[in-house]
Amino acid sequence: MDYAINEMEQEVLNTTRELAQKKLKPLRAEMDAKEEFSKEMYEEYRKSGMFGLWLPEEYGGLGGGITCLAMAFEELSRACAGLALTPGTSALGAIPMFLAATKEQRAKWCPDLASGKKLWAFALTEPEAGSDATALKTTAMKDGDFYVVNGTKHFISTGKEADFYTVAVNTNPARGPRGISLLVIEKGTPGFSFGKKEEKMGIRSNPTYELIFENVRVPKDNLLGSEGRGLLYLQETLDYSRPGVAAQAVGIAQGALDTTIPYLRTRKQFGQPIITFQALGHKVAELAAKTEAGRALVYNLTHRMDEEYLPAVKNALENGTTVHDELKKLKGGRWTKYSAEAKLFCSNVAMEVADECVTLCGGIAYMRDFPLEKYMRDAKITQIYEGTVHIQKNEILTALIKEYAAKGDE
Amino acid sequence: MNLKDYKNVWIFAQVQRGKLSLTAYELLTAGRKLADELGEKLCAVLLGSQVKNHAQDLIEHGADIVYVCEDPALENYMDDTYARVLADLVAQYKPNKFLIPATNMGRSLSAKTAVLVGTGLTADATDVTINPADGQLHATRPTFGGNLMATITCAKTRPEMCSLRPMAYEKAAANPGRKGEIIITKVDVKKYVSPLAQFVEFIQSKEGGIDLSEAEVIVAGGRGVGKKEGFKLLEKLAARLGGAVAASRGPVDSGWIDYRYQVGLTGRTVKPKLYIACGISGQIQHMAGMSGANVIVAINKDPDAPMMKAAHFAVEGDLYDVIPAMLDALH
Amino acid sequence: MLHIVSCVKQTPKSDNVKIDPATGCLVRSGTESAMNPFDEFALEEAVTLKEQVGGKVSVITMGPPQAEAVLRDSIARGADEVFQLGDRAFAGSDTWSTSYALSKGIEKISSLQKVDLIICGKQTNDSDTGHIGPQISAWLKIPNAAFVKKVVRVNEKSIVVERLTEDGSEIVELQFPCVLSVVKEINKPRVRSVKGRMLAKRAPVTVWTADDVQADKTMLGINNCPTRVVKSFVPKREVNATVVEGQNGKEKAAKLVELLKENNYI
Repeated sequence: MDYAINEMEQEVLNTTRELAQKKLKPLRAEMDAKEEFSKEMYEEYRKSGMFGLWLPEEYGGLGGGITCLAMAFEELSRACAGLALTPGTSALGAIPMFLAATKEQRAKWCPDLASGKKLWAFALTEPEAGSDATALKTTAMKDGDFYVVNGTKHFISTGKEADFYTVAVNTNPARGPRGISLLVIEKGTPGFSFGKKEEKMGIRSNPTYELIFENVRVPKDNLLGSEGRGLLYLQETLDYSRPGVAAQAVGIAQGALDTTIPYLRTRKQFGQPIITFQALGHKVAELAAKTEAGRALVYNLTHRMDEEYLPAVKNALENGTTVHDELKKLKGGRWTKYSAEAKLFCSNVAMEVADECVTLCGGIAYMRDFPLEKYMRDAKITQIYEGTVHIQKNEILTALIKEYAAKGDE
Repeated sequence: MNLKDYKNVWIFAQVQRGKLSLTAYELLTAGRKLADELGEKLCAVLLGSQVKNHAQDLIEHGADIVYVCEDPALENYMDDTYARVLADLVAQYKPNKFLIPATNMGRSLSAKTAVLVGTGLTADATDVTINPADGQLHATRPTFGGNLMATITCAKTRPEMCSLRPMAYEKAAANPGRKGEIIITKVDVKKYVSPLAQFVEFIQSKEGGIDLSEAEVIVAGGRGVGKKEGFKLLEKLAARLGGAVAASRGPVDSGWIDYRYQVGLTGRTVKPKLYIACGISGQIQHMAGMSGANVIVAINKDPDAPMMKAAHFAVEGDLYDVIPAMLDALH
Repeated sequence: MLHIVSCVKQTPKSDNVKIDPATGCLVRSGTESAMNPFDEFALEEAVTLKEQVGGKVSVITMGPPQAEAVLRDSIARGADEVFQLGDRAFAGSDTWSTSYALSKGIEKISSLQKVDLIICGKQTNDSDTGHIGPQISAWLKIPNAAFVKKVVRVNEKSIVVERLTEDGSEIVELQFPCVLSVVKEINKPRVRSVKGRMLAKRAPVTVWTADDVQADKTMLGINNCPTRVVKSFVPKREVNATVVEGQNGKEKAAKLVELLKENNYI
């Protein structure tokens, strides 16, 4: 079922479906095998406006919201979860900027972000700080008009290819988690280099790199929001980005089904198409139902989010304030629990669907000539990045305990 | 325009880089027939910097008169200069019919000349005849990618112009010692040279091997080849048979092989003696480019593929089994 | 700032063409129409050049009222302004008359804002002539290049292109204004952007009659153009495929080689 509720969302679907058919499918196997970023695909995304879907028209964006972003990510991932990350991670890297940036910072960065001229990436994870983001060790010490950054980030998606990195740093290590801040660091800044390129199970066409900062002098104008409020922006970012991962997971599940069902219909054994064996057919039905449930969960959430996000963006532009401040004015609640629920559910569905589809198709699906094993490898990352399934459960549980505690004994 | 003033059948004998295009001999075949039916002369036109040396050859292949226009400015083909010179010659000599090869040069040249002359042009005809009732040229050509044939006339203006598809006619046989007239034309070429267009350089095709349009054997691959490397196998078979490799649109779009090798409506037209279609389903667009082959062989897993019906010999099977076995059998 | 005009035509989708074998006419019902596939490359090149050097892309088509769709599609693909030559006087024109009408339309566009470059597709998929580009240049008395596979460089005054020949390619330089006809090798058309698709629905389409573009009506339409279709028919294809028999690929291959040798085909 399509969940597009307006013309813009419908055109996002039309565009991304065409991109998937004409551009992604012919490229995906080759780029996965080469484990290479596709500059050709980057250019295609740029031309069809994939980087500005969620950004206002004032900056050359489409003027859509989180739903447009999620729908695009679902449809692109339905063809190739790896190549889909080019616009996907650029949005992830830029969301914290867009939420916390001042009017001047937005004017400086958003036009090239929306046009796709510049790619963004998100750098939080460190060797010693994965699920526990508060343990990060990268420091940024003030020195006149600059911050001097030292440390290492790893497992950074779209590493080396991106132009701007939104980096979580500690500007006041003495204060621990309350010293965490976000800095925008541009590729090419002296002292900023790339370390190891990771060899991964899935999403291989998206390069994953280590980032190394050695006395990197970053202008203080590149600080997002105020010092010490990094964790807050990070949480807000994840609230908006986790539905995107959930959408990606739905896309992977759908893509696996798209490959599996036609095969089961045409593959004959024991004299009949194997989909007519009820044990197999019922399994397909179950997987399809779960995929649809995941999709409903995602778009119900993103449409609700957009009811706040879009007015907040409009107000921020009118008032010259930050989107973060305007969001705060508009509501009290947080999306954390729902985002975590969507990501938890959908990523598990993606893994289950891809796994079962490989089994349903049998030997052929284990071969690399058939696109299914790639879906299975790609599905796994959705259970891991932007918080593992276990972290999502923590988020949900924390919210539930708070909710029920607030209710008291009824 | 007094139509009676227009006499004789002309063909444009294309010369590029000093070399006479083989299409000239095909046009001489087509033109000879028209001229004979009309009782008029067959004339060939040579344009270039040094082209007179081809005149006797054209005469021996059927031309009665060869008009030669030589000028250093005609060294390389430039649309404006060539079209204006040709229009000048038409105005001077008033031909009745004018055939031009439907090569890349001929397509553009014929179109531009037709406007300058103010006459009608039929593109890419595969058959030209004279209507006995009125002596008009009936040019028949495929349209809609070969789905439909249309016969076109040009009743009110002269010359009746037509570009003729390469390979549509057999090449005329030589008749050594045949006599004809060579006329050195008087055209002030300088005044037709456009200062707005300059020739910069020619880049020789890098690909070795045999030119598709002249290959007698073509081994062509379709989507069924499945991967770029698959064309290596096709190359082996082509090499063994002394032929060239070609492709349908699918492999070109997938980047397995260069566009230069594409046969069909959106690619090139070929007319080899033997065309071996490997894993090509046989879309009408592809057929449009190769259906003139003398013998067509189809190798396909799908016995119902249209190519399997259109071929003279149909082999149901995997090309990766059949081709290596053919190579063995040819050994 | 370049002003580029791209000429497009609405044609039947190439894979859908059906001909009534009895009448030899195109079966129009149920036939989807779309932009002539070769024109997609022309328009893409125009939009790419605009992005590279700045400027504007205008698109012109000649056709019946429903041809408006192909102009809206052009907007979705990145065109800025679109013009339709829509007049019964144009109906049934051959390439000579069509190129004349288009040249008059382009003159009119150029009177609004001077046109530098005109880009056409190599040919259409319904009539396959390849005449229009060169003929427009002849009417406008400007230079042209056909079978263009690459734009080598461009500046405000001229363009250097590489065109395909049978034996390789040639580099030519043309001063503006000029006409290019391009082959599909020149680019890979983009997927229409979301914004373009939305703009397309609302963009204004300017429709001009023959009088609007000051075209001489005695040079237009089925009764005035120099050529005429006197007969059309569906080509006969002989079908007598010999199925090469055998237990497996190896046997069939051997049999095939034998058959080809027997008949002196190899």
